[in-house]
Amino acid sequence: MAERGFQVARLPGFATTAVLVFIALYLPIFTLVAYSFNASQSVAVWGGFSFGWYEKAWANTQVKEATVRSLIIAVSASGIATTVAALAALGTTRRARFKGQTAIYVMINQPLMVPEIVTAVALLIFFAQIKVATGYQGLGYLILAHSAFCIPFAYLPIRARLEGMDLSLETAAADLYASSWQTFRHVTLPLLLPGIIAGAMLAFVISLDDVVITEFVKSGGQDTLPTYMLGQLRRQLTPEINAISTGLLALTVVLLTAFFLLTRKKE
Amino acid sequence: MNAVNAVEARNTVKAFGQGDSAVRALDDVSVEIRKGEFFTLLGPSGCGKTTLLRLIAGFEMPTSGSILLEGQDITHLPPNRRPVNTVFQSYALFPHLTVAQNIGFGLTMQGRPAREVKETTDRMLALVKLEAMAGRKTSQLSGGQQQRVALARALAPQPKVLLLDEPLSALDLKLRKEMQIELKRLQTETGITFVFVTHDQEEALTMSDRIGVMSAGKLQQVGSAKDIYTRPVNRFVASFIGETNFLPATTVPGGVRLATGDVIELADQAGRSGAVTVTIRPEQLRLCDPAEAGALAATVRTLVYFGTDTHCHLELADGTEVVARLQSPADGEAGLAQGQRVGLRPVPGAARVVED
Repeated sequence: MAERGFQVARLPGFATTAVLVFIALYLPIFTLVAYSFNASQSVAVWGGFSFGWYEKAWANTQVKEATVRSLIIAVSASGIATTVAALAALGTTRRARFKGQTAIYVMINQPLMVPEIVTAVALLIFFAQIKVATGYQGLGYLILAHSAFCIPFAYLPIRARLEGMDLSLETAAADLYASSWQTFRHVTLPLLLPGIIAGAMLAFVISLDDVVITEFVKSGGQDTLPTYMLGQLRRQLTPEINAISTGLLALTVVLLTAFFLLTRKKE
Repeated sequence: MNAVNAVEARNTVKAFGQGDSAVRALDDVSVEIRKGEFFTLLGPSGCGKTTLLRLIAGFEMPTSGSILLEGQDITHLPPNRRPVNTVFQSYALFPHLTVAQNIGFGLTMQGRPAREVKETTDRMLALVKLEAMAGRKTSQLSGGQQQRVALARALAPQPKVLLLDEPLSALDLKLRKEMQIELKRLQTETGITFVFVTHDQEEALTMSDRIGVMSAGKLQQVGSAKDIYTRPVNRFVASFIGETNFLPATTVPGGVRLATGDVIELADQAGRSGAVTVTIRPEQLRLCDPAEAGALAATVRTLVYFGTDTHCHLELADGTEVVARLQSPADGEAGLAQGQRVGLRPVPGAARVVED
């Protein structure tokens, strides 16, 4: 047989390891989804099939409020983060290399590197002072905090898209009488759109899922869906939590599938 | 001055970088391009020809000097306000637009009415014979078709000058030959001034009304293809356009004396005296009997058969190598063999003194 270099797939036990890894990744999720249809009160003992916990979660006003709050924050934060990220990406790629460019990449991607708990504590202290100074107690703090840590997630796909884009297209637009605004509107933006949508969806999912920073920054009565679920752990645990998790999972899967399809289409 | 030039560059300098490390891509270039002509900027890569084109398009600003369009100074006008369009080497077609939308882009950006855009686009599609492709995305076209779209897109707004940046370099040989004829046809039909950049001397010779030969950021010579081929001003131009022989010589009254001691009569010594370089094209050397008066003594070294002609590499008495291009089957030289002693005689007027 012809030698084709090192191939991981040929190592002994490769198939077994792969299966074990997939089981470790997905079995807990399947269990979670399965037990969301459990008729019994227990998250561990199967008591027959039922949609009961979904109905209960649907009727739960606290869940409803937390969901609405989560969505408001995720939509606003991903919107802000994507706008900032798109501008940052344009500023860092549509020009000649400049001194300090790497430093700027690092600064933009800071939330990926600094431990989240550190940012959370810092924000708690910082916002506490602002709350005292202004008296404002609303969702603005959460939206701002989420926007900040969502920026790198929106920035990376947009930058990747821009870097793959031929600069001569913008030169050609200028040559064909387009002003800078027209060039952006008719050439740059349409070509960048898949990157922007991908970045926005990634930011949305990241915001929706956040616990640590939210837990530290939120004021009383500002539970998002993840922090509400965390709170439930301390009380009685019922399959209702499985039902909510499954709902969140479904939303994420839909978004990530859309993300995948959008980024693949243009290849 | 009777007619205003289409484009004029006056003492343009373009330097990249700062201070001592600055590189002059264009070093004091002045050129006048006439209305309605097919003008080619010819030179090796890095000679500054594309930089000059980008200055005319407005993608770069000159470090000093000025660019005039039909007599008006446009040096500092941004590209979108110059009635000049470019065909890019990479074509730079918009991938998110259809063929028709690409062609209509310039007119749409100018704010022309939709009806006019449609009419002009249709006319352009017909001009480049792509009517059937109007609704396609550009990625679905072949290289030659993309090339035509790029041309149509640049011609649609009816620019005063069309700039072409090595547009044929990505095409294969056969398609390139077809497009050369096509380009010439389009230029004649539209009457638009074409400024064509290339490093391919054959492209330049076959299409251009006039050629500007560039090297090292300077314009070496401007003239018709024939001018430049038969009367190159310096060694660079002589060697870049076609093949040639260079022979060291010294001037004598009425001619030059070669290193071999032979004298060649010259009408024109280009105003030079002392040590000079003489150039003779390979097709202007004839073989003759070595005993003939005035013949240069030479020895045949190699014969390379090219079909219609044969390149005969010869060595002169002083060891200088020269190439003579003989029509094959060579009349009388049929029996040429390596090592054979022959006489060599330049066609009258073929030898020229060139600057180094």
